[in-house]
Amino acid sequence: MNSKHVLSVRLYAVIFLALIALTLTTTGIAFIDLGGGFNVTVALTIAVVKALLVILFFMHVRYSSRLTWLFVGAGFFWLAIMMALTLGDFLTRGSR
Amino acid sequence: MSDIQTIHAHQFDDVEQQHEASWIGMWVFLATEVMFFGGMFMGYAVYRAAYPQAFASASNHLDIWLGAINTAVLICSSFTMALGVRSAQLGARKPLMIFLMLTIVLGAVFLGIKFTEYYFKFEEHLVPGGAFIFEETSLARQAEIFFSFYFAMTGMHAVHMIIGIGLLTALIVMAARDRFSADYHTPVELVGLYWHFVDIVWIFLFPLLYLLGRHL
Repeated sequence: MNSKHVLSVRLYAVIFLALIALTLTTTGIAFIDLGGGFNVTVALTIAVVKALLVILFFMHVRYSSRLTWLFVGAGFFWLAIMMALTLGDFLTRGSR
Repeated sequence: MSDIQTIHAHQFDDVEQQHEASWIGMWVFLATEVMFFGGMFMGYAVYRAAYPQAFASASNHLDIWLGAINTAVLICSSFTMALGVRSAQLGARKPLMIFLMLTIVLGAVFLGIKFTEYYFKFEEHLVPGGAFIFEETSLARQAEIFFSFYFAMTGMHAVHMIIGIGLLTALIVMAARDRFSADYHTPVELVGLYWHFVDIVWIFLFPLLYLLGRHL
């Protein structure tokens, strides 16, 4: 169970420093033109990595039961359905 | 430390199961929060795809450094929150209270910077409504949509921060009354989940609102 997993301060510190480093990286990259819409891809990829670090370690999901995983996954899975279907429509309509 | 809190309610088999039920209940709530913020992110994505020029131009009116500093402040607050939960797991009352207070202070710093930004936007006539002025007049109506999303999304995020600070204050009062122990500290863990979730929302708001306007 979650309460039995007391993570070390060291692990929390590593995750914290990784999050700060990724924030600096994504801010720095914003000033460089990667072209071809790659700025969006890179910025969102970094955001997803940061979110995963928070969810897995700060929110202890990595150490949680499978049932908890199911509930966590369901929330984001439904979000993915909404995003995929809506953008699948709007991004393929062509110029008006 | 009272024994009452380590005795499970009658509908559960044991304390373990009761604890897991609390976690799952909190995640069900957070799933509804994902849907709530998800709708706004969805709307933002659709309008950004429709009006890329205006959204890029409007985004450049936000202060990228204030946004980056606030991201760092919020990550620091998540760190202190995580250490607070760890202190609760170890049954260390004083460190728990100190980490909760630090989390509140960092949350307040975030809100202070956020409202300073709002003040600048009012001064620059970038608040949607009758006083809205955008120098690229051909893009003004579409830029106004960007700022509507900006205020709605960061505003709802700020409301969640304020609620979080209220919850943290309640935890400090409970900790001061010695309500938590190494065996029972579920409220600390659940508020921790909430606080980290609000951090995650900002992790996505920062690049989408502040960063993506620079290059299409």
